Amino acid sequence: MVTSATSLGRSGLHDWIIQRITAVVLAAYVIYFLGFIFSAEVIEFSVWKHLFSQVWFKVFSLLALASIVFHAWIGMWIVSTDYIKPTGIRLVFQAFVILFCFACLIWGAQILWGV
Amino acid sequence: MNKNRPVNLNLGAFKWPITAISSGLHRITGILLFLSIPFWLWALQESFTADGFVYVKGLLSGIIAKAIAWLLLSMLAYHIVAGVRHLLMDAGIGETLEGGRRGSYTVLVLGVLSAALIGVWLW
Ligand code: HEM
Repeated sequence: MVTSATSLGRSGLHDWIIQRITAVVLAAYVIYFLGFIFSAEVIEFSVWKHLFSQVWFKVFSLLALASIVFHAWIGMWIVSTDYIKPTGIRLVFQAFVILFCFACLIWGAQILWGV
Repeated sequence: MNKNRPVNLNLGAFKWPITAISSGLHRITGILLFLSIPFWLWALQESFTADGFVYVKGLLSGIIAKAIAWLLLSMLAYHIVAGVRHLLMDAGIGETLEGGRRGSYTVLVLGVLSAALIGVWLW
């Protein structure tokens, strides 16, 4: 049986809402990024580094990364419940996804705050 | 569960309506984007030292790295276009069968268009 024990929000509706909110955050981040890339003709190292050294942009970037991993956790959870029927294998897969997400989040935080 | 249900394992016999294609692509791009996260993080990490910045930028002049970047960015673009459509449908827009077909068609066209634009920008 599929239970929600390994889903992020422990309920379909909760997951659904988080999936939408993170999608909107990510779309906003991508749009800002596109604006940045096309307003600066050549992206030089100094401009790039300056962008990421502003605290508000670090926060925005970390928010985006957190959104990516939560969004992916929920998305991959749904995919796993569709295709992986044996509970044991699905559990291992979901555990792998969750650990992968946390590892990326921690690594990303370290990168962003190291600038 | 009824164990005597008819089983159809002949993939060629399945129909692939346009709505199934656009939805399936959204799922595949989502999974591949998930797997690509460490790659983005690695590039970001490298880009913050002067040498690494030059190195990552230099990678993009190679044909293979360029092709990979093009694929990843195109997948992201498609996933976003199809994702925005999802949000519109959640808001009740385009939920009829006909609207669904038109939406799928629009999403696929926009996906191909953004892939082309990304290609132009990279090359
Ligand atoms: C950048 C990293 C992203 C990753 C790794 C990712 C990954 C995924 C995955 C694995 C799914 C599940 C697919 C499925 O159930 O078929 C999904 C669903 C979804 N994605 Fe993304 N996604 C990303 C960005 C975005 C963005 C920027 C949007 C903006 C619109 C978006 C919108 C959606 C929506 C609305 C769904 C829900 C689909 C449903 O309910 O069936 N995603 N994503």
